[in-house]
Amino acid sequence: MSKDIRTIKVDYLARVEGEGALYVKIKDKTVKDVKLKIMEPPRFFEAFLRGRNFDEAPDITARICGICPVAYQMSAIHAMEDAFGVHVEGQLRALRRLLYCGEWIESHVLHVYMLHAPDFLGYPDVMRMAQDYPEIVKRGLRMKKAGNAIVKLLGGREVHPINVRVGGFYRVPSRQEIASLVEQLQWGRDAALETVYWVAQFPFPDFEQDYEFVALRHPAEYPFNEGRLVSNKGLDIPVQEYDQHFVEEHIPYSSALHSHLKERGAYLTGPLARYNLNFDRLSPLAQETAREAGPGPECRNPFKSIIVRSLEILYAFDEALRIIEHYEMPDAPAVAIHPRAATGYACTEAPRGTLYHRYRLNEEGLILDAKIVPPTSQNQKRIEQDLWGYVAQAIDLPDDQLTWQCEQAIRNYDPCISCSTHFLTLHIERE
Amino acid sequence: MPLHTVIIGVGNEYRGDDAAGLLVVRMLKVHEFPGVELVECSGDDSTVLLDLWKTAEHTILVDASCSGSPAGTITRFDPINAPVPRSTLTSSHAFSPTEAIELARQLGELPRSLAVYAIEGKNFAAGTILSPEVEQAARGVTRRVIADLQSFS
Repeated sequence: MSKDIRTIKVDYLARVEGEGALYVKIKDKTVKDVKLKIMEPPRFFEAFLRGRNFDEAPDITARICGICPVAYQMSAIHAMEDAFGVHVEGQLRALRRLLYCGEWIESHVLHVYMLHAPDFLGYPDVMRMAQDYPEIVKRGLRMKKAGNAIVKLLGGREVHPINVRVGGFYRVPSRQEIASLVEQLQWGRDAALETVYWVAQFPFPDFEQDYEFVALRHPAEYPFNEGRLVSNKGLDIPVQEYDQHFVEEHIPYSSALHSHLKERGAYLTGPLARYNLNFDRLSPLAQETAREAGPGPECRNPFKSIIVRSLEILYAFDEALRIIEHYEMPDAPAVAIHPRAATGYACTEAPRGTLYHRYRLNEEGLILDAKIVPPTSQNQKRIEQDLWGYVAQAIDLPDDQLTWQCEQAIRNYDPCISCSTHFLTLHIERE
Repeated sequence: MPLHTVIIGVGNEYRGDDAAGLLVVRMLKVHEFPGVELVECSGDDSTVLLDLWKTAEHTILVDASCSGSPAGTITRFDPINAPVPRSTLTSSHAFSPTEAIELARQLGELPRSLAVYAIEGKNFAAGTILSPEVEQAARGVTRRVIADLQSFS
């Protein structure tokens, strides 16, 4: 092979061959190709859901992702309620937002502390980082535990909540039960503030991009469960029109489908998109902190997504405390549901971005077909474009350094390798 | 029986043999073991392990493995005395049980006693069917875990 041709290959999920991989080809100091491959197991779940009852969708789809089961449950639940003409309001709606606060805290803290911060501080992993910064890592674990506590109280258990259903919940907490979270969440809010100031000091490459950001936007709130789907380049649609504007195409080198906007191509969803499209909806504390310590109202550098995630953690603690302060136990844990033949649509804001569910149902509420579009598959095209530009900037680095920087760059997007396997990769010596 | 033992099965029930750890825990659930907590864990966010084993006298963790050994091979580790063989690359998404064990070691938060059983899988494609060798191995690990519980008393 000519020495002017370089190939960078990263199997960044070593557990299963081909499940997640990056391929970069450089010729004569010019990037010629970038391919990012992420497995798309939601296709399996779409098939698995056919013939199931509508009320099974939240529990089944929750197993697509162990980090963000609440997001899958909420998108499934809202899509079914859309189909049946049901709108949940009041304290049940507030409890759903509180549950989502818990998931954002869990997911974002895991990513910021365990997966992403080590990159900026020069450590290969959080275990090595913990040798030098044990108290910081313990702070992250304790923050995560606060998020877990919310999900456990409202969801029935920390992972794969069992207490949520179409129409509401199976059981709602008393005011006393929910108040038991306050002290832990107040500590968490202070820790989240320290986190923003900590990550804001990290060294960031200069890498601003002209994104089309896509996220939900709500008239009054930073979005979790509801809103219109908007962008900074003209998109403003109800979620029921998603399929009219977003197209999925099969990519030959990947089992995943790449999403793009019909009118303009690749787009970005996730914390950066939410932040840029909804900064004015953050709590006063989060906005003030963003101006003092962080990027201000706008951020187009994907490396600084760690600051934005930290601001969303702060918002989630703040919002959780606000909801708890105003909580009154509802008279009933759920509203009545009457199945009918219909198609239901929903987008909710998973930690990684907008998660779209669509279900077609018969008159008994059985699922005829399902479509699930996770945020990471929506971002794949845009991530490839960013990597192309980033590699072009770093092209003179030796291959091993460039490979490591590519892996770090991918972590900017916190890609969800949903429905991953988790076996132990063993190297056994036999004498 | 000890004051408190926690047995954790790790895996994804929709990825074939990856459900091996979950199967062992479900087989144990048909028995009654006083003072024993049985937990299923997806393995995506294994930081929860540090809380699960915090008050346990004994901890047993069961997971699928991928080492190139024949399907159904059972391997037992003692991570208190030696690091568990680790994946060569860190995931950008999940925090694995092996990473959780090594993080706990760095923070001084390893459990008092920890045994890890690994069951070699061969099929990790999307689906809910386990390989026959893995199912048989899960029954074997269940018997060994029951023997462990009897030895703790």
